Amino acid sequence: MSVTEPVEVPAELRAEIERHMALYPDSRSAALPALEAAQRVHGWCSPEALEQVAAVMGVTPAYLESVASFYDMLETEPVGKHSVYVCTNISCSLRGADELFAAIKDAAGSDAEFNVRPFECLGACDIAPMASVDGVYVGPLSIDDVLQLLDDLRAGRPVLPEKQLSKRVCPDAEANA
Amino acid sequence: MKLLFKNIDETGLATREVYEQRGGYASLRKALAMEPEAVLAELEASGLRGRGGAGFAMGKKVSFLPKGSIDKYLVCNADESEPGTFKDRELMQKSPHMLIEGIVIASFAAGANRSFIYIRGEYVEQADLLDAALAEAHEAGYVGENILGSGHSLSLVVHRGAGAYICGEETGLLDSLEGKRGNPRLKPPFPANQGLYQGPTLINNVETLATVPTIIDMGGARYAELGTETSKGTKLVSVSGHVQRPGNYEIELGIPSREIVYGLAGGPPDGREVKCWFPGGSSSPVLTKDDLDLPYDFDSMAKAGSMLGSGAIIVVDDRTPILNVALKVAKFYRHESCGKCTPCREGTNWTVKMLERVQTGEATPMDLEIMASVQEHILGNCLCVLGDAMAMPIGSLIAKFRDEFEAHIEQARAAANANAVLSHA
Repeated sequence: MSVTEPVEVPAELRAEIERHMALYPDSRSAALPALEAAQRVHGWCSPEALEQVAAVMGVTPAYLESVASFYDMLETEPVGKHSVYVCTNISCSLRGADELFAAIKDAAGSDAEFNVRPFECLGACDIAPMASVDGVYVGPLSIDDVLQLLDDLRAGRPVLPEKQLSKRVCPDAEANA
Repeated sequence: MKLLFKNIDETGLATREVYEQRGGYASLRKALAMEPEAVLAELEASGLRGRGGAGFAMGKKVSFLPKGSIDKYLVCNADESEPGTFKDRELMQKSPHMLIEGIVIASFAAGANRSFIYIRGEYVEQADLLDAALAEAHEAGYVGENILGSGHSLSLVVHRGAGAYICGEETGLLDSLEGKRGNPRLKPPFPANQGLYQGPTLINNVETLATVPTIIDMGGARYAELGTETSKGTKLVSVSGHVQRPGNYEIELGIPSREIVYGLAGGPPDGREVKCWFPGGSSSPVLTKDDLDLPYDFDSMAKAGSMLGSGAIIVVDDRTPILNVALKVAKFYRHESCGKCTPCREGTNWTVKMLERVQTGEATPMDLEIMASVQEHILGNCLCVLGDAMAMPIGSLIAKFRDEFEAHIEQARAAANANAVLSHA
């Protein structure tokens, strides 16, 4: 694409990026939310996605690429549409996270629908070992949950509803007293 | 004594209606009727120390901001990523209005008119809940122009990160919030003078700000009666790893550590013992079972050669090889090093490589000396403390479990030699 050719940006994406830009004294602050929005549309921070964000924000695609490559949640290669981040940091690994990750990876096999990744501490060591499935935290997970987790995802159902973090009550016995 | 967790699991607490029924936003009304200096005086009197990791006095931090009518910013650090820490997540998920109320009060005391919550991108549900609560707070006039007729105005934006541990470091966070790679900045200048968009900026952790309404409600002096002489108040502690009841507990600072690890969290499963524990996230030097009777507060942990940090206790039981712990920790910091400073970039990488040599039987006891010296050369030699955050725990693991490392080296070498002999047979 030549530099003089105008970049076509889907109207909804443009509106979302402009909405973010308006929130900050310096519109460049919208880089992360804008890249996240473009990734939702394109599946990853593809050259086309970067061109579109750059066109709306008035920065270069190269600048955005340097930003995108810094952050774990911005994908710089094509990936499966369902993200399964398995926390393999210290607290989860003490409770079997490495074996869990291997089992999920194995069960997902070569299915291109899934983006199964080992991930750094996700801030949910109370439900270790755990995973973030399309942004929903589930745990504690056992190897027996793996097939159900992937089946729920394939079928578009809520993933392991009983194991979702939002259901968890604080174990501090005197809290809520 | 429960302050933050008093009603934490009450149905609907995340809504303004229930939060207000429980006395929510009364502190904001009370504060707005005071002079900003008087609000600041309460915060200083409370002795509240930052709950994010550094433990710096919150009131003092506010007082460092220049006075006068220049643009000032307040940034809430909700990038909670220190391994083992998950307290801010529970607060934001279940009581988002408590944080919003604390931010508005703190902004009034600091004279800041623009504020941001920088929340890690992985906390999708919590960010959505904060956005919903913020919309409610706007509607009620708690955020926005001329709040409750006080003349104080504050904009508040929930800004989502995209996955980078270093963005929890305050200057890395500022660069990230400005739409850049999250590289830490050289200090000074400190954010209080030159922070976000080069303007004076107050940066506080979620738990710190969420405590502000309580302090205004009970008064700084009464808050300061809780805890110890130098560690005032209550603290949320995240307990994880080999304990029977992992989770967040609100404790009064200064209670025996044993009471937290065993009394509250149930200790390791039956038949197992504590081998070591990180008192303040994976960046803190480890302590052993002999340290469990120490009071859990900022100074006692520091005196024992470690730190309270974010208040995240990770328990490792006696069946876990210490090498596995060291490798996990070192690999994490290698992954998260931004690469700007050589001691951190190279030091984290070489530490992992040397630990892998220990694992595969290629190491000699001399490698332990080299590894220990690498840690010493990282400490204090970088722009930020990410390298230190590896050097401190790794250094402590080598110092306290040297025999186990040496035994592992011998066993792994023997096994490797046996394999070599077999493959040549």
